[in-house]
Amino acid sequence: MIEWYDFYIFGSLSTIIAAKFFPSENPTAALLSTLATFAAGFIVRPFGALVFGRLGDLIGRKYTFLLTLVLMGLSTFLIGLVPSYATIGAWAPALVLILRLLQGLALGGEYGGAATYVAEHAPAHRRGFFTSWIQTTATLGLFLSLAVILSIRRITGVEEFTNGNGWRYPFLLSIVLVIVSIIIRLKMKESPLFAKLKSEGKTSVNPLRESFGHKRNFKMVLLALFGATMGQGVIWYTGQFYAQSFILTKCHIEYEHANIIILIGLLLATPFFIVFGALSDKWGRKKIMLAGMLLGVLLYRPIFQQLYNIADTDKKQIQNTQMVSASQNLTQYTDGTVMKTTSQELNGKTEIKKEITLSNTGQWSMIGLVAIMVLFVTMVYGPIAAFLVELFPTKIRYTSMSLPYHIGNGVFGGLVPFIATLITTIKGTDHLSGLWYPIGVASLSFIIGCLYLSDKKDQMIH
Amino acid sequence: MIIGPIAIAFLIFSAFVNINGVGKGDINKPLPWIIIISIFTPIAIGLTIFGWYCWKGEYSAHLNPRLNDIVGQAPEGRTSQPHKS
Repeated sequence: MIEWYDFYIFGSLSTIIAAKFFPSENPTAALLSTLATFAAGFIVRPFGALVFGRLGDLIGRKYTFLLTLVLMGLSTFLIGLVPSYATIGAWAPALVLILRLLQGLALGGEYGGAATYVAEHAPAHRRGFFTSWIQTTATLGLFLSLAVILSIRRITGVEEFTNGNGWRYPFLLSIVLVIVSIIIRLKMKESPLFAKLKSEGKTSVNPLRESFGHKRNFKMVLLALFGATMGQGVIWYTGQFYAQSFILTKCHIEYEHANIIILIGLLLATPFFIVFGALSDKWGRKKIMLAGMLLGVLLYRPIFQQLYNIADTDKKQIQNTQMVSASQNLTQYTDGTVMKTTSQELNGKTEIKKEITLSNTGQWSMIGLVAIMVLFVTMVYGPIAAFLVELFPTKIRYTSMSLPYHIGNGVFGGLVPFIATLITTIKGTDHLSGLWYPIGVASLSFIIGCLYLSDKKDQMIH
Repeated sequence: MIIGPIAIAFLIFSAFVNINGVGKGDINKPLPWIIIISIFTPIAIGLTIFGWYCWKGEYSAHLNPRLNDIVGQAPEGRTSQPHKS
């Protein structure tokens, strides 16, 4: 959870970080900003999966994910200490870029280690239940990052948080969480299956070659990627991150209000990671994961349309309009919705910024829809660790499962905002057209999964 | 098997159409496209190989556990029969 918290606070504070470290008027800083956004997720994360996966299969799970945790925690803490562009010039974006890449590298190594470690301790008939606890951490990490950011923003005030040093505190706080986690991890023992292999001298000599160079295992890596993690990745990103961005930018919900909607939605649905993980021990991983994908494919467009309708002020009746200042108006609607419009001059053009605060009914409707989408996420994501673990043998498990997981999530999932924007540039598209990317990818993964995945839930892992 | 090459062709075509000095979005900058196309190319090749394996019926053994036992002993490339459909 701490790793995810560290990774998400950068994303959640990206606007402030861009202003402090990557001023758009400076071309070098703008270039480094693009690199920080794209390279961390797309290149470094799968690369981290290979580097740490190999290490985990060679020296063991325990020390490898101790290393990834320290790397992630220190990088996050140091981001909070980097002086701004105004103080040290181009060094600032360069340092932040390096630290962000280190974060991506560490994230690439963490998940496979945690999933493998837990699965190799769990009894065979409860593997789904045990590993589903790991699956909650990605959502809890997002929850924690949003909660910490909103709390610090309230304590310090918006002005100090945005323009002062308030934004640094969530990064600095990371070091406390990491120290606690290191103490816990140092007390943990090595995975019994890996320890047995090591004592018998049967560990892999070259995990990368055995994972991707041997056809028999490489086939399973491809199947895991295209039949499971690819679809799971887009369902996850759409349900959590694209929904958050859609509510902020397309529905124009006020920042804090939008994040509270997401927070409550996440909180309501998170226990279902455990529920579906446990159910996968009875019903099998395949059925639950594919059902989650199918529900996303069928229901994303109606759900996002409903989110849009809830906030659509054109369909509401105005009760009164107040002029707060020369550039700001406050409009109240009969259903209790309030919209603040602020006009501002940008590059000689007048831009109008809308910030909507929903009525109680509207807010809970939106929370319900977000929770439903996170429910789909829990269906595809809850059983996936157990599914991946069961697909590969112990001696190359860390390497073999890490790469498809991080390509599925980092690349296919991470591409959701970019491809969604790309689709909306095509003539005749509307605010929902960006959804065709996750719908298309999840459909393909669903078909491949239906045809080629098999359940190995009752199988002993070795 | 054909989705991989189609996806790469679509990305390269989209890059040509969208990269320009006028737009301010990531979609108009060359760097994101270079990163995405270079990371997506091996994935698309993987998708093509996956399609080829499916076409050859390589996953039949994985779907049928009894066959899987036989495949465990068989040399690579002769693991199963292609689909006859």
